[in-house]
Amino acid sequence: MKQFLSFVKKEFLHIWRDKRTLFILLGMPMVQIIIFGFALTNEVKNSQIAVLDQSKDAATVSLIQELNASLYFDVAQQLTSSSEIEAAFRKGKIKMVVVIPQHFGDDLQHNNKASVQLIADASDPNVANTLTNYASAVIMDYQNRITQQAKLPYTIKAEIRMLYNPQLKGAYNFVPGVMAMVLLLVCTMMTAITIVREKEMGTMEIMLVSPMKPQMVVFSKAVPYLLLSVVNIASILLLSTYVLEVPINGSLVLLVGESILFTLVSLSLGLLISSAAGSQQTAMFISLVGMFLPTIMLSGFMFPIENMPLPLRTVSNIVPAKWYYIIVRSVMIKGVGLKDVWKETVILTGMMLFFLTVAVKRFKIRLQ
Amino acid sequence: MPEQVIISARNLTKRFGHFTAVDTISFDVMRGEIFGFLGANGAGKTTAMRMLCGLLIPTSGEASVAGFDVYKHNEDIKKNIGYMSQKFSLYEDLTVKENMELYGGIYGKDKKYIKEKTASILKELHLEQEGDKLVKSLPLGWKQKLAFSVAIFHEPEIVFLDEPTGGVDPVTRREFWNLIYEAADKGITVFVTTHYMDEAEYCSRVSIMVDGKIEAMDTPAELRKQYQSASMDDVFLKLARKATRSE
Repeated sequence: MKQFLSFVKKEFLHIWRDKRTLFILLGMPMVQIIIFGFALTNEVKNSQIAVLDQSKDAATVSLIQELNASLYFDVAQQLTSSSEIEAAFRKGKIKMVVVIPQHFGDDLQHNNKASVQLIADASDPNVANTLTNYASAVIMDYQNRITQQAKLPYTIKAEIRMLYNPQLKGAYNFVPGVMAMVLLLVCTMMTAITIVREKEMGTMEIMLVSPMKPQMVVFSKAVPYLLLSVVNIASILLLSTYVLEVPINGSLVLLVGESILFTLVSLSLGLLISSAAGSQQTAMFISLVGMFLPTIMLSGFMFPIENMPLPLRTVSNIVPAKWYYIIVRSVMIKGVGLKDVWKETVILTGMMLFFLTVAVKRFKIRLQ
Repeated sequence: MPEQVIISARNLTKRFGHFTAVDTISFDVMRGEIFGFLGANGAGKTTAMRMLCGLLIPTSGEASVAGFDVYKHNEDIKKNIGYMSQKFSLYEDLTVKENMELYGGIYGKDKKYIKEKTASILKELHLEQEGDKLVKSLPLGWKQKLAFSVAIFHEPEIVFLDEPTGGVDPVTRREFWNLIYEAADKGITVFVTTHYMDEAEYCSRVSIMVDGKIEAMDTPAELRKQYQSASMDDVFLKLARKATRSE
C-alpha cells in the first residue's frame, strides 16, 4: 500500500509539474461547454432573405411583413425579376428567396388557392432545411389567421408538445455529448500517453525490476486521472446548470456514479492502448482516431444513429460513448432512474471488465 | 572470509522463436565481486541480465540470484537487487529528493530511512544544494551518478548495471567507477555490462560473451596472459572476431 501511495504521489507530481497540460485538461471542458452552448447552435436567427413579389397587393404586403416580423428572417432585398435570384444567392448574404407569383391576392380570395415558392441556398443543407421549415410555419400561421374568418367544414389541428426540452435547446444535446468527449479524452488519451512515456524513457523497466507489481504500476497511473475527471464532471455539471440552464432532472448521485463508471471504461481503454502502442505519438494517434472520432460520429451526439445504415448502426454498439450518452441524456434530461438505464449500465460495466482483462493480460505477456 | 556464491547460472538458455539469444551459459558470481559481463552488441548480454533480474523467464537451464530461484521466487529476487539501465532511469520532472523518496517508497522503506539516506547520498555526491532541483536541470554526469545512487538506495545485495556509462565523458566515468568501488566495499555485488574495455580492467572478474555463449571468464590479468595480449581490448578483439552474428 505504501508503495502504491508513493507511486500515486509521483503521478500527481508529473501532472502538477506539467502546468500547460494541467491547464488544458481542466480548461478544455469549460471552453467546450461554452463553445457548444453558445456558439454552436442549430437555431437560425435573423437570416437575410430576399422577396420577389410579382403580385404586389394587400395580401402579399401583409405576408412579407409577417416574415420580416418573425425572429428568424430579415427581408434584406426586394427583387424585381426572376433573373435577379441567382445573382442574389451568388453574393452569399441572401440565404432564401421567397417568390410570390402574379395574382397572389386574387387567387387566394377567389380560387381559395395560391402558391408561394421558397428557394433556399442548399450549399448548407441544414440551414436551408431549417429556413424553409420556419418560412412554411410563418406562412401557415398567416393562412390560419385568414381562414379564421371563413369557416372551414373540417379542420385537424395538430397540437405539438416538446417533452423534456420544450424550448428545443441545443444545450440539452451538447452537454451529455461534451461530458462523454471530455472524459474520454482526459482518461483514455492521457493514461495511454503517460504509460507509453515511461516505456519510452526506460523508467518502466526500472519499475518492472522493482518489487512493485506491474498491475500496481498501471493502476496507480489511473488514480490521478480518475480524480481529474471527477473535477471535470463537477465543472461541466455546474456550468451546464448555472450558465446553460440545463436542468439535472434525475438523481445527481446516479449521474455522477454513471460518469465515474464511464471514466473507468475510458481508463481501461487507455491502459489497453498503452499496452499496444510503442511510442507516445502512436498512443495519441490511436486515441484520437480510434476513440475520439467514433465518439463524435457514432455516439448519437452529432448525428442520429437511427438514420445510419445498418453496418454503422452495428458498429456504434461497440462505442462506449454511445451508451454513456444515452444514460446521461436519460438521467439528466428525462430524469429517469437506474431501473431505466440498467441495460446501458451493464453494457458499460461489461466493456470495462473486458478492456481491463485484455490490458492486464497483454501487460503480462510483454514480460515473458 | 569464505567466498560465497551469490549469482549462479547453469546452462541458462533463452530462445526467441528459432533465435537462441543466450546459449547454455554457466557461471558463478561471488559476494562482493565486481563482475564484468562483456560482449559485442547483440551477443546476448542484456538478455542474460534480464533473466537474472526477473524481467524475462529463461527457456531452460537454472539460475539463482541472492539465493532465490529465477523461476519460482522472482518476486524475492526483485526485493534484493538494484537495477540501472542503459537508458537514463530517473524521472526528469521530479526533483532529486522526490526521486529518492519515490524509490525508497517503492522498496518499502520508511520515512526516517528515506530522509537519512537521501541526506547521506547528497553529501557523498556533494549535491546538497541540488536536492530540490528538477533532475532535468542537472548535467548528464551528475544524473548518471545519481541514478546509480538511487539504484542502490535500498541497499540491495546485488546491483545490475546495464551499460551504465554510455555517453559519459572519461572523467565522469572514472568518478562513476569510484562509486562502484565504494558500493563493492560495502558488500554490494556489482554485475555490470559494458563495452568500454578500459572499464573491464576495473572488474574483479570478467566474462566475454560471443554469439550467446561465454567464450572466456577469468580475472582481467589472467585473460591477458592467456590470450597473450597487452590489454583487455586485444583480448576482446581476438574473441569477438569469431562472432558470426551482429545486431
